[in-house]
Amino acid sequence: MATVDVATGIRSRIEVRDLDMRYGDRVIQRDLNFAVEPEDIFVIMGPSGSGKSTLLRHMIGLVPPARGDVYYDHTSFWTADAQGRQRILRRVGVLYQEGALWSSMTLAENIGLVVEEFTDLPPATIREVASLKLALVGLAGFEDFYPSEISGGMRKRAGLARAMALDPDILFFDEPSSGLDPITSRRLDDLILELRDSLGATVVLVTHELASIFAIGTNSIFLDDETKTITAAGNPTKLLHECRDPKVRRFLTRGGKDGS
Amino acid sequence: MDDEVNVSWGAVDDATAGARHVAIDHTERGALRLRLSGRWTLGAPAPAAADVFEYARVSDTRVVVDGGRNLQWDSGLLIFLRDVLGEAERRQMHVDFVGLSEGARRLLALASATPEAKERPGGDRPSMLGRVGSSAIATARSAVEVLAFIGEACVGVLRLLTGRARFQRSELLLVVQEVGAQALPIVSLITFLVGVILAYVGAVQLRAFGAQAYVADLVSVAMTREMGAMMTAVVMAGRTGAAFAAQLGTMRVNEEIDALTTFGIPPMEFLVLPRMIALAVMMPLLCLYADLLGMLGGAAVGVGLLHLGGLEYYQRSLQAITLDDFAAGLIKASVFGVLVAIAGCLRGMQSGRTSAAVGAAATSAVVTGIVLIIVSDALMTVLFDVLHL
Repeated sequence: MATVDVATGIRSRIEVRDLDMRYGDRVIQRDLNFAVEPEDIFVIMGPSGSGKSTLLRHMIGLVPPARGDVYYDHTSFWTADAQGRQRILRRVGVLYQEGALWSSMTLAENIGLVVEEFTDLPPATIREVASLKLALVGLAGFEDFYPSEISGGMRKRAGLARAMALDPDILFFDEPSSGLDPITSRRLDDLILELRDSLGATVVLVTHELASIFAIGTNSIFLDDETKTITAAGNPTKLLHECRDPKVRRFLTRGGKDGS
Repeated sequence: MDDEVNVSWGAVDDATAGARHVAIDHTERGALRLRLSGRWTLGAPAPAAADVFEYARVSDTRVVVDGGRNLQWDSGLLIFLRDVLGEAERRQMHVDFVGLSEGARRLLALASATPEAKERPGGDRPSMLGRVGSSAIATARSAVEVLAFIGEACVGVLRLLTGRARFQRSELLLVVQEVGAQALPIVSLITFLVGVILAYVGAVQLRAFGAQAYVADLVSVAMTREMGAMMTAVVMAGRTGAAFAAQLGTMRVNEEIDALTTFGIPPMEFLVLPRMIALAVMMPLLCLYADLLGMLGGAAVGVGLLHLGGLEYYQRSLQAITLDDFAAGLIKASVFGVLVAIAGCLRGMQSGRTSAAVGAAATSAVVTGIVLIIVSDALMTVLFDVLHL
């Protein structure tokens, strides 16, 4: 009987090679090359409309790239067949922008559905798994609430609980702090750090929230909406002090210092 | 101090009553001086900068706008000054502001700041030919999407038949309730009235031959073979097809469908299959009910207005129709059910990620659904005739 994996401590590496992203004829970004090392908190940053979320959607298999590929531990994602991709995605958890909870199901059912799909656990155990995951994100006791009955911040945390349902070793976050007040958003940052440390997970984060970027980011890339490629890469705090690119500096200082 | 010209808009002598006034002179060499006074507010007659520049000399290189501290102003002044700035730029003249209030200057500076780069996705408005071309390409692409969707739906049905399809039974039951019991009131109303209409139309024609009694035949055959299934399907396309498209479209907007995909749960099986099954199963039942109510509507007219005997009407109806007629209607109903579900789900899954797109998806689902119903009905009617069904 299959079981839910406990944190196995698998260290996962993601590599993006020569990736081009397009919508029809319009180039979003081109020649993207970067690697996310195990246990990184990797930030994809850039101005609105630069294609951050689109890049994430390419990495989790929702949009096929115009060119290039994404490698999970040296295994190509986009040349793999449907089953191979599913095997890779099985190790991945995604927190979507608004949580993307299935609105016709309660929080416990949302998590339960995922567990049920991939394991043969009996319903009582599945329910316990759901309760545990909800407790991890501070939502103990909300098992039977529908997504429409809880606040936006809680929906995001519930989405995170669902993303962790299968104990993934890679977690993707799409704009986790958008629409949250500073304190809630800070708590979410702490939670991300805590999960990374306790699960040994690799985290990829799409955000333009400077506070989060500096607080938890260990590595980053900056997508430029004009040159349409990566113009800076490295630890965000280091970039703040060392990066010469005026646009990156303006971004990291909220337009404060021009870099001149 | 040579040529001073006074230009006024509104009442010239009555500055307090709302006149705008510009005095134009050339006190300095090469400078066109505009002295503004009066009330420069919105709603007062508006001067055009081009009129003022009529007075400029060829040798002028500068414009001096003298506002005066006591000028009454609002956006009306700013509109005029922006106009002046634009005109001056065209004539390659430099503009100086003298004595204009600090607030007005700042607002003007804000308004003249370089705007964001304008880059619309897709670029400029294409030519007529370009639009025809791109809409042809879009149609071809959507045809591929439709085919892919139908293909996936077929694979889903196959997986269902082999017992490998994954969807929640509770979801199926919920949809069954939505498209079954909850649709009864509207189906009752519509089909009863269709029966009434058929009886009326038939009675008027048959009366000419003194064959009013045949109204019963007409209504029962028409309802069972044709109108029961078709009217139910049209009601369901409007009621349920639109609802499916809106539900799935909203799930697309909320990234719920993406979430299913990344968890390896095929949306086709999880969302579309239960809806298709529910409609394919419930439509024949609804159709049977519709047949009965339509005949009741016909009987109401026959007995109430044409004074046919109730029992006579009943027996004529029984003689007129056979099980084949019912079968033809029920087969049609089942096909319509699947088509309505496919139209609704397809448009919902194709929906864009904005609220407007969800609305468009719902509308398009109804249109697609009704077109599919009528076209397939025509095909099946011919087919049944060939098969003598």
